[in-house]
Amino acid sequence: MRVVNVNVQGKKYAPSAPYLVGREKLREFAHAVKATNPINLDVFAAQAAGYDDIVAAPTFGVVIQERSLATVLSDPEADIDFSRVVHGDQRFIHERPIVAGDELTGELEVASVKSLGGHSMVTFETKIFDASKKLVCTAISTLVVRGDE
Amino acid sequence: MNHPLPKIIDLTVGDVIGTQEVLLTRDSLVRYAGASGDFNPIHYRDDFAQSVGLPGVLAHGMLTMGVAVQVVVDWVGDPGRVLDYQVRFTKPVLVDAADGAVVTITAKIGEIDAESHSARVDLAAVFSETTVLAKSQVRVRLS
Repeated sequence: MRVVNVNVQGKKYAPSAPYLVGREKLREFAHAVKATNPINLDVFAAQAAGYDDIVAAPTFGVVIQERSLATVLSDPEADIDFSRVVHGDQRFIHERPIVAGDELTGELEVASVKSLGGHSMVTFETKIFDASKKLVCTAISTLVVRGDE
Repeated sequence: MNHPLPKIIDLTVGDVIGTQEVLLTRDSLVRYAGASGDFNPIHYRDDFAQSVGLPGVLAHGMLTMGVAVQVVVDWVGDPGRVLDYQVRFTKPVLVDAADGAVVTITAKIGEIDAESHSARVDLAAVFSETTVLAKSQVRVRLS
């Protein structure tokens, strides 16, 4: 039976390429999650609330997380079969909100690999840093990888 | 924009601070796929979803998570006040091609922390009488 390699627990992956957060991308994402708050959409409203530019919806960090996860999913050592992956848990711990103009890099570590009745549960922790290397958000994601039936 | 910030002194654990019915259609899924970059075909192709043993096209868990928090953002008036947000995906949301899927969100005060001027809001998300998000907690700054 194919299971996720437990030896990747603790493995750290190289930082993802810097992602420049665009204003229109944030608006597109906000519309997609049905956000209507002007701070998500309107520069003047965001600045009136004290931000440099429009603020990302609270789950936007997933875009950066996914770029880091793509590296793991293509890592032969981890041996994760993407077609058998189900999203189990997700968490975003924000140090500050993501705003348009941020240049973000994700640094992913495999926090844990557990087996549960033929399935594997893999928890990834992606630390998202801005261009000045300050932590912006920690994204924690658990994927359930179904074993062979 | 002058949105009054909720005051900690006015809050009681268990208070319902908002409810919302969200209609997710196939259009919503395609839009979210493009916005997020998650192009897994189980979110837009019935034939593919069925070939991997699913009953049909499912909403992205991250779409449900993303829309569920909006009731809390509306309550605090500022998306930047969301400090911490977590969910567990318990059941998939099956999105009918014609009728979509209605997810009902209820947000309740779970915990009040006067010292750090923050509160935890617990979300219930129900689709077709089934809870689709568990342990769904949003910590917001109220100062």
